[in-house]
Amino acid sequence: MFKNKIPLSVKQNRAGWMFLLPAVILITVMNFYPMFNALLLSFQSGKGASLEYAGLYNYTRMFSDKVFMQSMFNCFFYLVIQVPIMLVLALILASVLNRKDLRFKGLFRTAIFLPCATSLVSYSTIFRSLFSTDGLINTVLLKTGILQTAYDFLGHPMSARFVIIIALIWRWTGYNMVFYLAALQNIDYSVYEAAKIDGASAWDSFWKITVPLLKPTILLTLIMSTNGTLQLFDESVNLTSGGPGSMSMTMSHYIYDTSFRFVPNFGYSAAMSFVILVLVMVLAIIQMKVGDKRD
Amino acid sequence: MIKVKKFFIYAMLIIISIISVFPLYWMMAASTNTSFDVIRGKLIPGTYLMENIKNLLASNNLKGALWNSFRYASIQTIVSLIICSLAGYGFEVYHDKHKDRLMTVLLSAMMVPFVAIMIPLFRMFSSAGLLNTAIGFMLPTLATPLLIMLFRQSARSFPRDIIEAARLEGLSEIQIFFRMFIPSMKSTYAAAMTITFMNAWNNYLWPKVIMTTDDSITMPMLVANLKEGYVTDYGMLMVAVLLCTIPTAIIFFLLQKSFAEGITGAVK
Repeated sequence: MFKNKIPLSVKQNRAGWMFLLPAVILITVMNFYPMFNALLLSFQSGKGASLEYAGLYNYTRMFSDKVFMQSMFNCFFYLVIQVPIMLVLALILASVLNRKDLRFKGLFRTAIFLPCATSLVSYSTIFRSLFSTDGLINTVLLKTGILQTAYDFLGHPMSARFVIIIALIWRWTGYNMVFYLAALQNIDYSVYEAAKIDGASAWDSFWKITVPLLKPTILLTLIMSTNGTLQLFDESVNLTSGGPGSMSMTMSHYIYDTSFRFVPNFGYSAAMSFVILVLVMVLAIIQMKVGDKRD
Repeated sequence: MIKVKKFFIYAMLIIISIISVFPLYWMMAASTNTSFDVIRGKLIPGTYLMENIKNLLASNNLKGALWNSFRYASIQTIVSLIICSLAGYGFEVYHDKHKDRLMTVLLSAMMVPFVAIMIPLFRMFSSAGLLNTAIGFMLPTLATPLLIMLFRQSARSFPRDIIEAARLEGLSEIQIFFRMFIPSMKSTYAAAMTITFMNAWNNYLWPKVIMTTDDSITMPMLVANLKEGYVTDYGMLMVAVLLCTIPTAIIFFLLQKSFAEGITGAVK
């Protein structure tokens, strides 16, 4: 319509920019500038404040750094095992809770979403206590006679990693489920009823209706979870302390240690953090490309 | 057949609900018991709650940590909501080619992992004297692309007629925002408040970096510090976890519905 084509007046346009100004300045100074700064820093080496230009030394060094390689392996281990289990579980729960004939819906939804109310440090501490050698899990296993002596879950590499994975699934399944539930409300329920009349099983409708229609949301949660898993910090520090040794340590945890716990080596830390940045970006691009292809 | 299927669905939901709630129940029960009882595997609430709180108060800066967390998170929530809703509204209502392009650039900041900017920020803040301050705590996360996007989505449903009518009545652009937009977007603000308050309250990495004195620590830091000793007092530890969880749990319950509504708007 003609009326809508009138361009913004100069005054309104100026007002528009003023609305954006505080946020733009903050994001520039607090995100983009430090990122550029970190890139420069990653080419420098030295302890504390005495830094010298070192070329690509920091980047070549990390490949022979066993702890860093271990922490990268751990992050991918968590990513490959935890994220698929969590997202499939969240999808199944969301589609079950979306059923019209289900009772106590609100109660189930609240219960499953409840873990999100705890802080990352809190739930890490709870799980650390539950899985410690004198914790509840060991007590129950001993009392029921499944174990003869207490098992040190956090003292063995594989079991420590799986405790982190269990904790992550516990904390984040409900969160992702809420996204799916929100998206499912946009799907007309009659589609499911029509499919049922045509003889489709619940399993068929799940894979043929729910999953394709929810694809954008699935992609969103997949990118968010990938991003989050590559940046895991609180769980590694507070649940397993990265241990035993550094066998369950995440990349962010190691970077924190090399920056603030050991003799600070900011250049090396910055270089390692850029590896996370590149991994996050590459994985997001791959996921978006693959997500688009199936259209 | 249908009955069997229904039974399995309810059984699955009940088991998963129990698994979801049990660790939190255990935490609450443990906070009312002695460490000895917790280790023994006692699952019913006891009478040791006040004693555990007393022990925690005596050995840690509990009051300071609670007050700091509350102060940092509240101020951050208020300021962040204003800045991000201004920007979201601005991007949508006054949108043109340049602003749309700028939005894409800002969204790319979502990809930047916090550890990548943590070191430059730490150096900036320590030379600016912002260590151990509330401003230092909140500055890096005051403007977030996610919140701007959330407000931009909700501004899309804000009727343009209202803006035009208000302009004719002589209201300035900023007055329209404060008097017309904010009051009509309660559920979006509630969702944004839930997200921001929880993120600020739960933030651990950044305060761990810049809060160097015992006077400026936050609740998550206090909880994390408690496990440093050789012998863990589980009762005391779980009281700290409980106190760290109560504020976010209250926000969670009060705003759960509007949170879901706000998310729905963002996902559409």
